[in-house]
Amino acid sequence: MNFDWNVAWHSVPALLDGLLTALLSIAIGYPLAIALGLLLVFPQRSARPWIRIPVRVVVEFIRSTPLLVQLFFLFYVLPAFGVELSAFATGAIGLGLHYATYTSEVFRAGIESVPTGQWDAATALNLSTTRTWWSVVLPQAIPKVLPPLGNYAIAMFKDTPQLTAITVLEVLSAARAEGAQTFRYLEAITMAGLLYLLVSLVLAWLARRVEQRYATTRGIA
Amino acid sequence: MTEDFITFRNVSKRFGKNVVLDDLCFSVRERQRITLIGPSGSGKTTILRMLMTLMRPDSGLITVGGDQLFPADEQQVARVRRRMTMVFQQYNLFPNMNVLRNITMAPMKVLGVPEDEAVDRARKLLELVGLTAKLSHYPSQLSGGQQQRVAIARALAMQPDVLLLDEVTAALDPELAAEVLDVLRDVADSLDVTMLCVTHAMRFARDISDQVLMFCTGKIIESGPPEQILEAPQHERTQRFLRSVLEEV
Repeated sequence: MNFDWNVAWHSVPALLDGLLTALLSIAIGYPLAIALGLLLVFPQRSARPWIRIPVRVVVEFIRSTPLLVQLFFLFYVLPAFGVELSAFATGAIGLGLHYATYTSEVFRAGIESVPTGQWDAATALNLSTTRTWWSVVLPQAIPKVLPPLGNYAIAMFKDTPQLTAITVLEVLSAARAEGAQTFRYLEAITMAGLLYLLVSLVLAWLARRVEQRYATTRGIA
Repeated sequence: MTEDFITFRNVSKRFGKNVVLDDLCFSVRERQRITLIGPSGSGKTTILRMLMTLMRPDSGLITVGGDQLFPADEQQVARVRRRMTMVFQQYNLFPNMNVLRNITMAPMKVLGVPEDEAVDRARKLLELVGLTAKLSHYPSQLSGGQQQRVAIARALAMQPDVLLLDEVTAALDPELAAEVLDVLRDVADSLDVTMLCVTHAMRFARDISDQVLMFCTGKIIESGPPEQILEAPQHERTQRFLRSVLEEV
């Protein structure tokens, strides 16, 4: 079977439509994962077990079950409780929730990597808790969390094909539809693979840029 | 002023089975310079950390300027904390801020000092510690001795009533330690602060302190003016300790 470039090019507009959907889903899901991941750190550091343990259990549960199970739960089970979301919203939120449990581990490790002497110095200078976090702890933790957070952006993008299962039309489902129309899967799936590769490379480049930029502005390079 | 400024009454602290402070009582008058000496693990640093509210006693009472610490509400703790600051063995400068920012941040954000005034004060303090040229350097670009001198300037920028110095030269080689101790001698001469200093530098202790407290297993076993404790110690344990410290040098 020869690779037919005509068929391949013909599939591109549909694939780009799918790519737009995938990118939109991570444009919503990724900031959600970052914000929620950061929020999940604080209860997990609480000295009170009745706050710490339930949050820890939820985080472990989400982290240890497949994304697809969570997507199905959100898409098929929640409507039974009166919560009906579009397939796209379910996908974006599902990705955000799932990855929040990973990013919260990254944030936790980053925060714990800040030496206790820094907290002591902040106390000795009578800095408020908010000021200590904002000016001392987070600026030291962030450079350490940027590389793994960048990796999770790429991983999240590569998980977008799973949204097909809840009827979101993204790149892979578009490729499959194209293949079904022309009976030539080779071109459509190959083009889809190339698109994934291209976007992943761009994301990796962006992540590195952010790391470098942050390191130089903070004098930690 | 002869009134007691800092008091420890029956303060005890233990870590598991290890008794760090054992029913400790002592007091410090305003502007007094106290040096705490003794073997490692005798509770000297614990005293400074309790005053800085980094650690709580298991029992007993600590007061600073009439305000009680532990138990105390947050406002009272903050009030006490505002009067004192601490310089640490490992400097603990903020690596994400340059020297100037390390010194000006807390005065601006905690005391509400306007930026130009905070910068002005920082410049004067950097002059005092001999580091005016390093204003825009980051801690990672400084030697240990320079970092510690910045840490001293940072502490003084808070204009504390009480300065706590916790083995500030222990992490430095002798040459760098000497430069830090010289700076501290100048500070002690030029500023009216109450100082509590944990150190193994005995000559420095003799130069700057009014009183030396010798600690052993969480108790003060001997105290008095430096010439008495360092040159004619009465207690056998003090004699042994001083011999070992001098041998080290």
